[in-house]
Amino acid sequence: MRLQGKGLIDRTKPLAFRFDGTQYTGFAGDTLASALLANGVRLVGRSFKYHRPRGILTAGSEEPNALVEVLEAGGQQTPNTRATVQELYEGLAARSQNRFPSLKRDLLAVNDLMSPFFGAGFYYKTFMWPRAFWETIYEPAIRRAAGLGKLSGKHDEALYEKAFAFCDVLVIGSGPAGLMAALTAARAGAEVILAEEDSRMGGRLLSDAGEIDGQEGLAWASGVLAELRGLPNVRLMTRTTVTGAYDGGTLSALERVSHHLADPAGRPRECFWRIVAGRAVLAAGALERPIAFEDNDRPGIMLASAVRSYVNRWGVAPGRKVTIFANNDTARQTADVLVAAGVQVAAVIDSRADAPTTGDYRLYRGATIVGTQGRHGLEWISVRDANGERRVETDCLAVSGGWNPTVHLTCHMNGRPVWNPEIAAFVPAENAVPGLIPCGAAAGVFSTAGCLADGQRAALAALDALGRKAPTLALPKAEDGTYAIHPLWAVEGARRAWLDFANDVTVKDVKLAAQENFSSVEHMKRYTTQGMAPDQGKNSNVGALAVLADATGRAIPETGTTTFRPPFVPTSIAAMGAGGRAAGFAPQRFTTSHAASVERGAPMIEAGLWYRPSYFPRPGETNWRESCDREVQFVRERVGVCDVSTLGKIDIQGADAGRFLDLVYTNTFSTLKPGRVRYGLMLREDGHVMDDGTTACLGENHYLMTTTTAAAGLVMRHLEFVHQALHPDWDVRFISVTEQWAQFAVAGPRSRDLLNSILDEKLKPEDWPFMACGPVRVGGVAGRLFRISFSGEHAYEVAVPARYGAALFRDLVARAETMGGGAYGMEALNVLRIEKGLITHAEIHGRTTAFDIGAEKMISAKKDCIGKAAAARPGMIGPDRDQLVGLRPLSPGKAIGAGAHLFKQGEAAKRENDQGYVTSVCWSPTLDSHLGLAFLRNGRARHGETIRLVDHMRKTDVLCEVCDPVFLDPTGGRARG
Amino acid sequence: MRIPCPLCGPRDRREFYYYGADDYLRRPEEGAPPEAWDAYLHLRDNPAGVTRDLWHHEMGCSAWLVVTRNTVTHEVISVRLASEKEAAK
Amino acid sequence: MRYSGLKVITEGLFGNKGWRPAWRNPEPKAEYDAIIIGGGGHGLSTAYYLARNHGMRNIAVLEKGYLGGGNVGRNTTIVRANYFLPGNSEFYSHSLKLWEGLEAELNYNVMHSQRGLINLFHSDGQRDAFARRGNSMVNQGDDAILLDRDGVRELLPYLDFEQTRFPIYGGLLHPRGGTARHDAVAWGYARGADRRGVDLIQNCEVTGIDIENGRVTGVQTTRGAIRARKVGILVAGRSGQVAAMAGMRLPIESHVLQAFVTEGLKPVIDHVISFGMGHFYISQSDKGGLVFGGDIDFYASYASRGNLPMVEHVMEAGMTLMPMIGRAKVLRSWGGIMDMTPDGSPIIDKTDIDGLFIDCGWNYGGFKAVPASGWCMAHLMATGESHAVARRFRLNRFLTGHLLDEEGTGSQHNLH
Ligand SMILES: Cc1cc2nc3c(=O)[nH]c(=O)nc-3n(C[C@H](O)[C@H](O)[C@H](O)COP(=O)(O)OP(=O)(O)OC[C@H]3O[C@@H](n4cnc5c(N)ncnc54)[C@H](O)[C@@H]3O)c2cc1C
Ligand SMILES: [Zn+2]
Repeated sequence: MRLQGKGLIDRTKPLAFRFDGTQYTGFAGDTLASALLANGVRLVGRSFKYHRPRGILTAGSEEPNALVEVLEAGGQQTPNTRATVQELYEGLAARSQNRFPSLKRDLLAVNDLMSPFFGAGFYYKTFMWPRAFWETIYEPAIRRAAGLGKLSGKHDEALYEKAFAFCDVLVIGSGPAGLMAALTAARAGAEVILAEEDSRMGGRLLSDAGEIDGQEGLAWASGVLAELRGLPNVRLMTRTTVTGAYDGGTLSALERVSHHLADPAGRPRECFWRIVAGRAVLAAGALERPIAFEDNDRPGIMLASAVRSYVNRWGVAPGRKVTIFANNDTARQTADVLVAAGVQVAAVIDSRADAPTTGDYRLYRGATIVGTQGRHGLEWISVRDANGERRVETDCLAVSGGWNPTVHLTCHMNGRPVWNPEIAAFVPAENAVPGLIPCGAAAGVFSTAGCLADGQRAALAALDALGRKAPTLALPKAEDGTYAIHPLWAVEGARRAWLDFANDVTVKDVKLAAQENFSSVEHMKRYTTQGMAPDQGKNSNVGALAVLADATGRAIPETGTTTFRPPFVPTSIAAMGAGGRAAGFAPQRFTTSHAASVERGAPMIEAGLWYRPSYFPRPGETNWRESCDREVQFVRERVGVCDVSTLGKIDIQGADAGRFLDLVYTNTFSTLKPGRVRYGLMLREDGHVMDDGTTACLGENHYLMTTTTAAAGLVMRHLEFVHQALHPDWDVRFISVTEQWAQFAVAGPRSRDLLNSILDEKLKPEDWPFMACGPVRVGGVAGRLFRISFSGEHAYEVAVPARYGAALFRDLVARAETMGGGAYGMEALNVLRIEKGLITHAEIHGRTTAFDIGAEKMISAKKDCIGKAAAARPGMIGPDRDQLVGLRPLSPGKAIGAGAHLFKQGEAAKRENDQGYVTSVCWSPTLDSHLGLAFLRNGRARHGETIRLVDHMRKTDVLCEVCDPVFLDPTGGRARG
Repeated sequence: MRIPCPLCGPRDRREFYYYGADDYLRRPEEGAPPEAWDAYLHLRDNPAGVTRDLWHHEMGCSAWLVVTRNTVTHEVISVRLASEKEAAK
Repeated sequence: MRYSGLKVITEGLFGNKGWRPAWRNPEPKAEYDAIIIGGGGHGLSTAYYLARNHGMRNIAVLEKGYLGGGNVGRNTTIVRANYFLPGNSEFYSHSLKLWEGLEAELNYNVMHSQRGLINLFHSDGQRDAFARRGNSMVNQGDDAILLDRDGVRELLPYLDFEQTRFPIYGGLLHPRGGTARHDAVAWGYARGADRRGVDLIQNCEVTGIDIENGRVTGVQTTRGAIRARKVGILVAGRSGQVAAMAGMRLPIESHVLQAFVTEGLKPVIDHVISFGMGHFYISQSDKGGLVFGGDIDFYASYASRGNLPMVEHVMEAGMTLMPMIGRAKVLRSWGGIMDMTPDGSPIIDKTDIDGLFIDCGWNYGGFKAVPASGWCMAHLMATGESHAVARRFRLNRFLTGHLLDEEGTGSQHNLH
């Protein structure tokens, strides 16, 4: 029911919305919760375990009960949306969740009748027999019953963003303390961000009347906000919840950018902020807490502060006959607000025997509530005091068990809050998060005047720490009442009295945990699941702790607390993962020949972050193998062109460059002459092969190292380490030039002819022996040429500055095609190198040593190198190691699979008999056979042996002959010729 | 987490590559006994408290840094360039 | 007290008054035959099997906080036997078999759920590496199926097959892989050990290890000195500190690994999915929360909490792989202290000090190892010999070069 003349809603803007299919109307400024209450809807959800009918408990993000699915056109939906936070917009559609078939008639409500058997931890004690029933019957049934809202199952296509922000002072919360802090810091010239979770700034001033500086609190706030808005050094952020405190002054925040809009019009749904703040002021207020009494979870039972919010901020009476139950002065405050708004107050039940008696309503002092009734909403309560028990008819009960300071962020770095008996609550520990200064209600200061002063104090402390001078502002005058509370956590004798509403944890459960010796607070939490529901224990942690303390005969501080962890409010994966969708997850790197390859129909495949052509199909070819075979053939017989720019290229210079290379490579490079290239093997310090590649000597003290595509970054980092950390006095410098040069392999017997057709000067064979390198000019462009081969053929790699890459590739390929060759892709490249027994990361997979690949002789005995000592450990060498071999199937047409394991002929395929495994396979059109590279136990001594290959995955079982890994041209004549 | 790079100023943790305890600075001489290499490569004090470890400003200036840090609080106490030899111990 | 469905019903009918403590709170005795330092999964299971398999009764587990308060209660509960290196294969295979009988063994429902684990791959090279792994698993007697893209699509239709950054080529399905309820494992072993007479002593931190003439004689604790001729160290992330009490340096660096859980949701993810390329894995708990995580934060830490870069990376990986989880809201994040060895494999071995044993180095994978680790550590402590399935988990393997590097990222601390 709306109250005339009350609330901050805009009655000129009615908004239509639907809940569970029924159409209702609210106003701009409403939340879904306030609008539902205004329409008399009290039943909003069902609880997690017992499927108890639930309404609206709070008016904020800590809401445990009123969780709904918000529906979007196109079938997308957001489950577990707090009706108390979701702002109303025209056409909003929401649905209740965790019920079947309907909210009113939920079949699983039978769970409530079964509750004697469903106590804390019951599932650990049953469902064990028969064993096979767990996955097939029990677990699926439990899973279906559990859970709350539903994901749509559709990709989340909405927009999300992430951003960084930097400031001197971040103020969290915009109540009196936060506003005063922001104003103080802003006037001192600091860069200030004021972040507020709500859609409006003002905090409790939006809901609770009271004067500040001789005007209505809200008017004072508006004045402050107007000033802040006008300052260039202040950024005001509403709908922004600070979610986490991390190291180095970094805080995370979630901005709900367009949750409140019917049409986001291109705006993101949410933005996830990383705010780096010199200092942060925590002015996040306090959360009111419930009291546990029998059946305290019915729709209509709300927190007293929420009742006042609905009345004052939204102009809604949450009931016709309201009762109030409290253990502190909030009782009177709430009654006064209701009376002033013309709402009937049926009774005030104050647990304190000495409660003040003012007010024009029925007051029960020293009384408690011992029962409630009403199936889908509260109808009456049972009140017990010294005079006995009586029923009071009521449809809304406002409860206040006192206030808990919002200490959560102060716990994010393992800080434990401390118990303050005066307010019967935990307050932040001193300096719990470096640079985060709690103030106001968040620090346990509960009067408006106190909050204003404390906000200023916090800001001054922040400014002082940042070395800024700040004027002390005159504090506005405001209410400075005292807060008197007499702790009451659970009404005596209460059993089914809810502590954790969302997870259905009652007083009885906590006591059972204690009875079974789950009496550490962490054990209790885990055993009962208290605090693990969507409200993250905000409504229940302190209460449950108090009940546990009582049950175990300990004091509250001695019992301890559980910790709060980020995020402060549940935060969507999409927001924190903004930018990761689709290709956004990792950078994409493209070669200069990319477009030309795509034009030729080549499927582009990932090679690390790069994309490389798999093969270049020709008309008439029906599968990749046909294309691949053709490409291999033309490289072996004529000429092929392949983009090899993705290999890492590191330019190395300096007087100690040669010496440096000697240290990072196993073999010697200091003897390499300008104009020559050498193959090098690089070990990790742990003795395993890290990478291999060629390094060219371009001139005196000037080298160009190539790495594999995969290891380019790793090698660069490694070189920097060896230099800066181990030999900083050596004169050597590196720079990665991978992107600067486009480089193409030109391979095959006619490679020189092809190159001669594009080089400004023809190649003199005597100047260009195998492993030569030097400058060339290509169409007037200065380039480099390397006579190296990864195919075993007479081959070159030609490099030009990257901007000429695209043109050169097209030119080379076109010319190659006229010579009966063409472009070749990764598949052919792989076949060519397997035929030659050349290794890639399939072989050097991180566990192989130089010994394993037959390259132990490459570890120079004359000098030290990285990894040399570790490679000499007994476990890294010897006949027990798996060594690189070649495999040829006895019948050449039999396919073999990489990943197959090797066994002696006639032995069973089981671990005990394992002899090794296959790393690479191909069909060799050159040798008309399938080929494989493999690691075989003591393999070099076993050439000629017949071995059994078993591949359970592809269901093959093939006999192969073990041979040398170099299948083709073992003397290397073709590459040299 | 932020690391104040001596060359670039305070930067977000994501610009850095982490390498482990600064033991790696003290590589044994060639021919050192296997135990010395084992200690260098593997064995660690692994303190709960102040430690010194190596970070690489990979997305920044490429400097290798020696960071003195608390492993319990994550407080960064001091940072120096690895290439600047530590004061003789 | 035996637990059963019938018992739950009869207790329910009579007000649940009869449930007795799951374990006692004994005062520490002056001397035990064996002391287990650390009341995590491994410590509790070791104590249990010492009693069960080796008839030892006079045993204490000393836990500095509360039982199961370390990593055993913080992990993402994946239980699998999909290792491929000899040494690991047989150990995890043995562990999985113990898991399969654990409810009956402990009379405690640890909710071991063999819902199937799928490791995705994204290139031909990765497929081959997974084929090698799958073949190892089958050779070991476990189960593995290599799925192609369509096979994965059938099981996980909600993945983004069209746009994800690293296209899905297929997956290795390990049908017997799955999850279990982590706390229940600790509690089940604790209750089982207690019933066999083991003293579980909480809030009892070991502060020193007494050694005389190269032999262990007992420990110093915050609750006084306790004598024992056999002491086992099973303190996971704290291994370095406790070993230092005996003058040892370990091949271990402690790192933080974070994990995340969302609000409860109706069932959407029925398997355990691992997306190695994005360092992301996920499953859905029986309560409905999506439980997921990624890689370690990559800096030595004892803080049990992490930082945003890894948080965001994990979420981004989730969004590229399965954008349908975008609207799920993360409820809580946390971190555990991981005992990382250079090669990523554990240590179950004697030390140079007589009577002092150590079981550590579980990296991010020690939850699934809880049964077999306890089994093998108990065997070692009782008999002085390594158990056959744990014989490669040697403390000195880094010195000798007999490494067990499943990831192939190297046996140096930085390289995981
Ligand atoms: C986020 C995360 C996710 C993970 N996911 C998985 C997964 O999916 N699958 C998997 O197999 N593994 C996983 N793990 C790893 C697994 O949890 C650990 O490897 C395993 O639990 C470690 O063994 P534990 O249970 O004995 O350790 P803990 O439970 O940490 O036990 C060690 C105990 O020793 C106690 N202690 C320490 N010092 C002392 C002392 N001085 N005196 C007395 N007591 C002491 C501690 O308090 C602690 O209780 C994960 C870990 C984390 C953190
Ligand atoms: Zn820098």
